[in-house]
Amino acid sequence: MTTIVENFNRAFENRIRLAVMSILVVNDSADFNTLKEMLKLTDGNLATHAATLEKNKYIRIEKRFVGKKTLTTYFATPAGRRAFAEHLDALEKLIRRSK
Amino acid sequence: MNSVDERLNDLSEIRSLMEHSTKFLSLSGLSGVSAGTVGIAAYFIARQEMAHPWERTLAEYSLQAVVTLILALGLAVYFSTKMALKKKIPIWTPAAKHLVISLSVPLAAGGGFCYALVLHDLYWFIAPSMLLFYGLALLNSSKYTLKEIRALGYCQLLLGLCGSYWPDFGLLLWGVGFGLLHIVYGAAMYLKYEK
Repeated sequence: MTTIVENFNRAFENRIRLAVMSILVVNDSADFNTLKEMLKLTDGNLATHAATLEKNKYIRIEKRFVGKKTLTTYFATPAGRRAFAEHLDALEKLIRRSK
Repeated sequence: MNSVDERLNDLSEIRSLMEHSTKFLSLSGLSGVSAGTVGIAAYFIARQEMAHPWERTLAEYSLQAVVTLILALGLAVYFSTKMALKKKIPIWTPAAKHLVISLSVPLAAGGGFCYALVLHDLYWFIAPSMLLFYGLALLNSSKYTLKEIRALGYCQLLLGLCGSYWPDFGLLLWGVGFGLLHIVYGAAMYLKYEK
C-alpha cells in the first residue's frame, strides 16, 4: 500500500492542477483564456496553479505581446507528461486493488 | 488519502477534459437534419432544371449553388451554437477552429476543382466530385469531432465513386449523399446524444 501512496503526485492532488495537466497532455498548447473558459476559473486562480506546475517543471509558460495585450501560452514538458502518466498509473492501481 | 470513489471521479473528469479540449462535441444532430433538408430541396430543384438546362445562365446556377451552401451551413452553425449555449460550453474553442480548417481546406479544393470542371464542360462529373471531396473533408475533420462522422465520410466517398462510374445517376446520388444521408446521420446523432 505504501508504494501506491508514494506514487500519488502531490502536484496533482489539486483538482485544478490535474485538470490543467489533462488538457495540456493532449494538446500541443493551450492559451490562458482557453484554459480559463474550459475550467471556469478566475484569472488569479489559474495563474497560481499554473505557477505551481511551472515550479515543478511540469509545464512551460510562454508570454508574448499581441498588440498591447499579453498572450500567455502553456505547454506540457516531457517531465510533466511522464509525471502525469505515473499519476494515472497510480490511480489505476489503487482502483484495481480496491476491487 | 482520498477514497476510491473520489479517484474514480478524478479519472472521469480527466477523460472528459481530454475529450472536450481536443474535440468539438457540440455538433447537433439537428444540424445534419437541416442540412439534409436543404440538400433534398436542392436536388429536386436541380432535377427540374436539368430537363431544360439551357434556360438559365451559368451565373444563375452558380448563385443557386452558393445560396444552397450558405443555407445548409448557416442552419448547421445555428443548431450547433444553440446546443453549445444550452450546455453552457464555449463554442469557438481551439478544437472548433481545427474542425473548421480541416473541413474547409479540402472543400475549398473541391470547389476550385468543380469550377474547373465547369470551364471544361465536364458537367457530369460535378456531382460525384462534390461527393468525393466532401467525403474526404469529413474524414479529415473526424478527429476533431464526433467519431461517427467518419462513417458519413466513407458513405459520401462510396457514392462519389459510384457517381463517377455511372454518371447518369450522378445527380440522384448527390441527392442521396447531401440530402438523405445527412438526415439519417443527423437523426441518429440526435437520438443517441441529445434525447
